[in-house]
Amino acid sequence: MNKARSNPLNTVMMHGALILYTLIALFPVFIIIINSFKERRSIFREPLALPNSESFSTIGYETVMKQGDFFLYFQNSMIVTVATLFFVLLFGAMAAYALSEYRFKGNLLMGLYLALGIMIPIRIGTVAILDMMVATGLVNTLWALILVYTAQGLPLAVFILSEFMRQVSDDLKNAGRIDGLSEYTIFFRLVVPLVRPAMATVAVFNMIPIWNDLWFPLILAPAEETKTLTLGSQVFIGQFVTDWNAVLSALSMAILPVLVLYVIFSRQLIRGITSGAVK
Amino acid sequence: MTALSLKNVNKFFGDVHVLKDISLEVDEGEFVVFVGPSGCGKSTLLRVIAGLEDATSGDIHIAGAQVNRTPPSKRGIAMVFQSYALYPHLNVRGNMTLALKQEGQSKAVIEGRVQKASQMLDLGSYLDRYPAELSGGQRQRVAIGRAIVREPKLFLFDEPLSNLDAALRMNTRIEIANLHRQLGASMIYVTHDQTEAMTLADKIVVLRDGRVEQIGSPMELYNNPANQFVAGFLGSPSMNFLPGDLLNGGDHTMGIRPEDLFLAEEGPLAVRVSHVEHLGGDTNVIAHANTHQITARLFGQHQVTVGEELRLGFKPESTYAFDQDGGRLR
Repeated sequence: MNKARSNPLNTVMMHGALILYTLIALFPVFIIIINSFKERRSIFREPLALPNSESFSTIGYETVMKQGDFFLYFQNSMIVTVATLFFVLLFGAMAAYALSEYRFKGNLLMGLYLALGIMIPIRIGTVAILDMMVATGLVNTLWALILVYTAQGLPLAVFILSEFMRQVSDDLKNAGRIDGLSEYTIFFRLVVPLVRPAMATVAVFNMIPIWNDLWFPLILAPAEETKTLTLGSQVFIGQFVTDWNAVLSALSMAILPVLVLYVIFSRQLIRGITSGAVK
Repeated sequence: MTALSLKNVNKFFGDVHVLKDISLEVDEGEFVVFVGPSGCGKSTLLRVIAGLEDATSGDIHIAGAQVNRTPPSKRGIAMVFQSYALYPHLNVRGNMTLALKQEGQSKAVIEGRVQKASQMLDLGSYLDRYPAELSGGQRQRVAIGRAIVREPKLFLFDEPLSNLDAALRMNTRIEIANLHRQLGASMIYVTHDQTEAMTLADKIVVLRDGRVEQIGSPMELYNNPANQFVAGFLGSPSMNFLPGDLLNGGDHTMGIRPEDLFLAEEGPLAVRVSHVEHLGGDTNVIAHANTHQITARLFGQHQVTVGEELRLGFKPESTYAFDQDGGRLR
């Protein structure tokens, strides 16, 4: 294995493949960003050209900024994503701890039941969810989205975290019990810090689909004051006229916050991926 | 006063009967070692005493008070774990003081006890370090220090030396023995290593399959084992068990310790040498009589070569007779 790893040809091929993949993955993002800085005509005339002194224009951004609601959408997306991550991590970790730490009747069944959600897409239940939200008066509130996304994120969170929690040393938890720490203190002070990389992994897995989701905001919270960024950007896409400058600018700006969150989590994430291998 | 008394303690995990009717007493200031092969229930027994597992039935008294329903932190015990189990986010001082802070002790008391313990264990210069920055031996000392500061009625050690290398193990063993002398506290120590058991214990409890096989001082168990299992478990190299006719014992299984065999030209035991270990002080000869393996521990250095035919002698009073079920015949 070491030999294969140090073989220069393999290294070149490996990096080649990864670079190729990165280029393919980044290309659309790149196109969006360069075109967001061009005037409308140049976008269509030469979509692949970089903006130059002739075609450079920030008209798209100006439109987006003038549309005062944009910051509200932005804020809505942020609230929904961060609140959901908080609840998914909190409840997911607590459920995972209960499943991995305590022996009780139906422990295994409960674990399987919670994992079932991974295999069943939550969108199948959209009609029922909408019914429920209408009945509880949560339609057109951010809570509707937060609750649905939390439900959507929990199964995977419980599944991943319970696996990691099983690896936390029993002796450590028992030492805490003998020292008189409560189960909550043991959980928050001893166990959670040790599974932090796994929690970052769960956070990243959940964050991006939530941020990008169009389905549930459209159905559950389409009101002006609860629109998320993805839904809000749709105002620039009309049936007959589409303000491409504004759409591209809005999308470019929508990338930024996820990028920041990702950078925050990714340091933990890398440790999470490698921790199993090195140990 | 008894530091610990167990009466008919049983423990089931589901249908598995792990601890079978265990009764024993630990006197104040006594060093008791639970010893037995892996899976004999010794660690489970320690956890039951600590309160980390509930006994399915039976009574547990610590320092006179029944503690069956008392949570671990209120039992007046402190435990040292095999994996040290130091809190990774706290430095040495934090590790040692956490339990005292939970108990609500005053700052002066906490500081005094930390000073005393760190002096005893030579931890003074490490108090501000984190566990990740310490070596295995230092971590083990911190774990012991964490137990000492609580001034418990009963210390519990769960195989504390098995993660240390051989040289360090011997030193730490002596340190633990010294600690016991200095503190005069009651200690229970779990190990699978019979050397640790023999060297540390005032009293050894030999366990097998969740049952107490024998309780007694190290020399009682060595000189007077109750059955074949205890005889074979204590002593190193372990006792030879041979069919009776080889050792003039009729049709019983006969046991003889390797150190009770000696070279004798007219000895009754004719063997062929299959392996020799020269240890300097001793020479261990592994030999075969027919198909039966015999180990002899000869004191001093002997020129013995593999394949050689030897005759071994022994004193009749140093043999032990066992019946078919492994019980001792006297």
